[in-house]
Amino acid sequence: MPKNPEIKKVLVIGSGPIVIGQAAEFDYAGTQACRSLKEEGIEVVLVNSNPATIMTDKDIADQVYIEPLTVEVVEQIILKEKPDSVLPTLGGQAALNLAMELEEAGFLKENRVRLIGTTPDTIKKAEDRQEFKAAMEKIGEPVAPSAVVTDVSSGIAFTNTIGYPVVLRPAYTLGGSGGGIASNEKELVDILSNGLRLSRVGQVLVERCIAGWKEIEYEVMRDAAGNCITVCNMENLDPVGVHTGDSIVVAPSQTLADKEYQMLRTSALNIISELRITGGCNVQYALNPDSFEYCVIEVNPRVSRSSALASKATGYPIAKVAAKIALGYTLDEIPNAITQKTYASFEPALDYCVVKIPKWPFDKFIHAKRTLTTQMKATGEVMSICTNFEGALMKAIRSLEQNLYSLIYPEFAEMDTEKLKVCLYRVDDRRIFCAAECIRRGIPLEEIHEVTRIDLWFLDKIAVLVEMEQSLKEYPLTPELLREAKRLEYPDRVIAALTGKREEEIRGLRREWGITASYKTVDTCAAEFSASTPYYYSCFDGENEVEPAGTKKKIMVLGSGPIRIGQGIEFDYCSVHSVWAFKDCGYETIIVNNNPETVSTDFDIADKLYFEPLTPEDVESIVDLEKPDGAVVQFGGQTAIKLTEALMKMGVKILGTSAGDVDAAEDRELFDRILEECCIPRPAGDTVFTCEEALAVANRLGYPVLIRPSYVLGGAGMQIAINDQDIREFMAIINRNVQEHPILVDKYLVGREVEVDAVCDGEEILIPGIMEHIERAGIHSGDSISVYPAQSLSGEMKHVIVDYTRKLARALHVKGLINIQFIVHEGEVYVIEVNPRSSRTVPYISKVTGLPIVKLASEVITGRSIQEMGYRPGLWPESEYVAVKMPVFSFEKLRGADIGLGPEMKSTGEVLGIAKTFHEALYKAFLGAGIRLPKTRQMVITVKDADKPEAVEVGRRFKALGYTIFATGGTCRVLNENGVFAIRINKLEQESPNLLELILDHKIDLVIDTPNQGNLRSHDGFLIRRHAIETGVNCLTSLDTANALLTSLESRQEELTPVDIARIG
Amino acid sequence: MKAFLILEDGTVYAGTSIGTAREVISEIVFNTSMAGYLEVLTDPSYAGQAVVMTYPLIGNYGICYEDMESAKPWPDGYIVRELSRRPSNFRSEDSIQHFLEKYDIPGISGIDTRALTKRLREKGTMNGMITTDEKYSLDAVLPKIREYVPSGVVKKVTLKEKKIWPGSGPRVALLDFGAKDNIAQSLNDRGCEVTVYPAETAAEEILAGRPDGIMLSNGPGDPKECTGIIAEIKKIYDSNTPVFAICLGHQLMALATGADTYKMKYGHRGGNHPVKDLETGRVYISSQNHGYVVDMDTLDRNVARASFVNVNDGTNEGLSYIGKPVFTVQFHPEACPGPQDTGFLFDRFLKMMEVNADA
Repeated sequence: MPKNPEIKKVLVIGSGPIVIGQAAEFDYAGTQACRSLKEEGIEVVLVNSNPATIMTDKDIADQVYIEPLTVEVVEQIILKEKPDSVLPTLGGQAALNLAMELEEAGFLKENRVRLIGTTPDTIKKAEDRQEFKAAMEKIGEPVAPSAVVTDVSSGIAFTNTIGYPVVLRPAYTLGGSGGGIASNEKELVDILSNGLRLSRVGQVLVERCIAGWKEIEYEVMRDAAGNCITVCNMENLDPVGVHTGDSIVVAPSQTLADKEYQMLRTSALNIISELRITGGCNVQYALNPDSFEYCVIEVNPRVSRSSALASKATGYPIAKVAAKIALGYTLDEIPNAITQKTYASFEPALDYCVVKIPKWPFDKFIHAKRTLTTQMKATGEVMSICTNFEGALMKAIRSLEQNLYSLIYPEFAEMDTEKLKVCLYRVDDRRIFCAAECIRRGIPLEEIHEVTRIDLWFLDKIAVLVEMEQSLKEYPLTPELLREAKRLEYPDRVIAALTGKREEEIRGLRREWGITASYKTVDTCAAEFSASTPYYYSCFDGENEVEPAGTKKKIMVLGSGPIRIGQGIEFDYCSVHSVWAFKDCGYETIIVNNNPETVSTDFDIADKLYFEPLTPEDVESIVDLEKPDGAVVQFGGQTAIKLTEALMKMGVKILGTSAGDVDAAEDRELFDRILEECCIPRPAGDTVFTCEEALAVANRLGYPVLIRPSYVLGGAGMQIAINDQDIREFMAIINRNVQEHPILVDKYLVGREVEVDAVCDGEEILIPGIMEHIERAGIHSGDSISVYPAQSLSGEMKHVIVDYTRKLARALHVKGLINIQFIVHEGEVYVIEVNPRSSRTVPYISKVTGLPIVKLASEVITGRSIQEMGYRPGLWPESEYVAVKMPVFSFEKLRGADIGLGPEMKSTGEVLGIAKTFHEALYKAFLGAGIRLPKTRQMVITVKDADKPEAVEVGRRFKALGYTIFATGGTCRVLNENGVFAIRINKLEQESPNLLELILDHKIDLVIDTPNQGNLRSHDGFLIRRHAIETGVNCLTSLDTANALLTSLESRQEELTPVDIARIG
Repeated sequence: MKAFLILEDGTVYAGTSIGTAREVISEIVFNTSMAGYLEVLTDPSYAGQAVVMTYPLIGNYGICYEDMESAKPWPDGYIVRELSRRPSNFRSEDSIQHFLEKYDIPGISGIDTRALTKRLREKGTMNGMITTDEKYSLDAVLPKIREYVPSGVVKKVTLKEKKIWPGSGPRVALLDFGAKDNIAQSLNDRGCEVTVYPAETAAEEILAGRPDGIMLSNGPGDPKECTGIIAEIKKIYDSNTPVFAICLGHQLMALATGADTYKMKYGHRGGNHPVKDLETGRVYISSQNHGYVVDMDTLDRNVARASFVNVNDGTNEGLSYIGKPVFTVQFHPEACPGPQDTGFLFDRFLKMMEVNADA
């Protein structure tokens, strides 16, 4: 069936901000789909509230709306743009939910807009627990005994009929929010009541627990003619019980015989056919490890995280094909982009093994529970490819950038065996390391299997790796042993440590013995057809098949690795744009990255894609083969920056700002000298190594002080200390890991924080705009609301900022991007941080100003000047639009994490509000971030002493908006004394009425709770904030944010005007 | 023990010996299935060939004897990248290492099967030798390797005496040219009584049993070598008995009715080949294992028309005979290993027998 000629203009709905459970994979899917639609001559209108995405670029869609993803806003966009179709299957659960609401309201029909890629009936059948169950029963596909309940008592009643434990899954939530496993009635009541609150429709599925079964997934495609194929199947190393997003996943399945493989494959095809899905679909199974019994866990009737993984694992572009199917094409009409000889209607055959490991934020949230359950906690993931499982696992481990290069985990290595055995029962992110240590201690695999239910095949593979450790320790390093260690992807540094040699010696031996990495192609067909696609992975047991060809100059772009808090999708945006810019300038581009969720690892972005860990050794192997003319590190965040020194040692030229200058910005002494020369003030401070030194500096400066390690991202480990006790605690935490670089102690200044991104050609600078933070300094810039253009700065201040930026950029000889953070304290501008590289704000400032900053920076790197490119140096004229960037958090997913904001970044994503006025932009930003107030008009205020005077005004303004205020002791007294009537409420554990009851009873729509810094943070405050978050109540931890929210609410935005950002600039 | 795979073009791959340490010369073909190694090993169509598995990890789920597609493994040799040392599956009764030894199959592991596959793809199917003799002389062995032609393979694999699968439904005569068990099983599951005949049984004998339908099985080798069988098939064709044929059976029916076959460059072996039903336009993913194909240029359009075509390379995948209750496919609807998507063809055959009985 050819393309439907009636489809000419399509609205594509994006997935909104990055949150746990809905990450960069949808930017990848959306971008690929938009390009696929445009290829067909379709006019594409895009809506997504997330400005850090590539899909919201004007090169990707014809009209781009960075607007809140609400029904009202999307309706307005539809009325304005008049698309004939809406494609909602590429924007995750967010887009699907939105489409359902539009459909249910009758809006689409009224305006003659068709839903393509799916039907309302399909969505309902797949997403509504009851309808799904009915559909599965109809075609005889087993599901675990379950019931949908809408209240706690029927949940208890049903569970009593099937017995504990049970799994709870709230309907219509992403990443399994609010779900869990309950082993007794108390747990059931806890999880169930929470799940009912979080479900959009107040439904929770209570299901027989099949924890311990094998978890298998199939990615299936179907076209409107009914043709179906499976792209790939995947097996979770972690059995059922751990969310697949939190599981180590292997593709293809390893422990399934063809009988089981085909049984589930046939089932998946039956399901996609029954649901009449047109496009991609993911089916998850639980397979009894001791029989052919299976049940369907879940079906996602859309492109998902798993499909992004399947796409990268096989080379089959699921999103692209799904978009073509939505237009009416059948699978046998769509060419396979990799072979160009075959069609989309075939199933990829892999001749390698793929391993995915999630990236968890537990290094950021040290108090969060690390336990893995059916509620996803990972922020991102890495993928690796190798000719054997052991190698793929080893590569994935080092791709995570957690300072681990093998299965040796220091904490477990030091633990006594009895304690270790206890640890094995913990289902958390360290389980595989614990299992490895158990194997090292000689605990039989069967025993480990009994506890973990991890299949013996996987455990044996871990044992192979452990045995290699032993061999390296015990035997002389022969060529055979080294070859085998490399085949298993033991990095040189680990081999060196185990053999008591130096890393350079190992490298030398490898060179001598000819043990070098070879590169193989991912071709979808196991070499059956010749592939034209440059998508490569390394192995040590085969012939190299990659030719470093071409006469063009080659630039290697280092990617940013897994998505984590502090280093998100923004850096992928920068990497991809730099690749495109270098391509335009006539260079051959090579990208190295390991994140399967991103656009940069799509095989048609760079001229060559190496899907590899971003460690010096892995990069060096590529360098040895490709011999690039230069490498660019300034777009890939800290991951790429960290490789600078190693690249230089390999003799690779670092393009753009030199490594020495990057260092100068981080090295306190060097940097202080530069500031002095430029006559630029910075807050007083010093560098220290020990706690004693830190105490001395802090007392000299006077509290409060800011304390942090150097060379970190996202303010990791940064804290505000208000007394000696804090210093001792923080120094102890920082020094838990051996610090190669000094620790910084600075005077903490209260003031306006201002941020600037600039392009510098070594001489001149171009500043797209000055951004101002709503929250006072002390809250990480990534967690602050940021406004462009700065609203409160005088012309003179702006002038100073531009002047400082120019001076610093010149002094640091910046070629490319620089990001500077300033603080305006008592009328004076101070520099607090300089990063001579791309930053988190680059995508957003590019979009609101219309300036292609990454492209300009890339061209500067190739030697062009700002003037040559036709731009006037200095500050770019202010846009007629105001943009407000609002952080978005995923706290509800991370039990035990403190939501109070501070100098360490905690947000996972962001949304943008853009409008002609500040008030409208602010309102849109809050709306986009999911803050829709007022609802009950009842709130709680509980603030630290320092904030009490200011809280009065905040209270007064909320009163004026009709709010009833509840407040705890001290806060209540201050409010009442100042004429703001507040009802006193008891704290958590006290008698009724207490705060907890109010929150849990849904009587509150807002909590303002400002925590004390440092160790004065009370446990009560923590519990209040946690309960608010877990109940879905908005919770603000800074009065500045509260004031901004007030401003937004007071401005009463009745009518919002969507802005097409493709028309800016 | 070291082992070597020597190709007729002189390429040598060094690896480790698996199975029996026995020297063998054979035709080297590759299979891209990611699961189902036991079904591949026990598919009689591999008689006279040595199989390379493109999936690198083989033996993961051990040996589940009930999954065997015939009484024993048939390939002359087995070539893999890595054999799993610890199989894991609830049905596993044995390790693949032991299985290969038990059935005297020589093989080699630890070689770059992808590089080998690329070579076979580029140069076409080649002969090769697996040996553990470290002192091999290329000059001495290459002529021997090049000389090798698989022959007489159908005779080797077919069963010696007829066998009956009891059933209460239609009575099917299955001509065994090297049939996979799941062909008889698929018919039997649908209620058919299946009588399996040796390959060289005379048509008269089969027809004398008054079967409701005749099934021609898959099998190894060059179809044109089976001249005697082709003559018998012509008689079956003329008898107006419903016929359903798979793979070699499909090729033999085409040869019997005047068309020609030719050897493909490297064939189709795996579980991911798309075939299009030309009548409905539907595409199915099929299991395949063939090195020869019907030459559509030689097909008399009055005798048969194409019913299925391979979406990737446009080669013929099925024929429907005009005016006769005969349809044949190149792929394997019985799966095992591979996708079960075209299992409905057995239902079509049952329907055909029913209609024919009513007529």
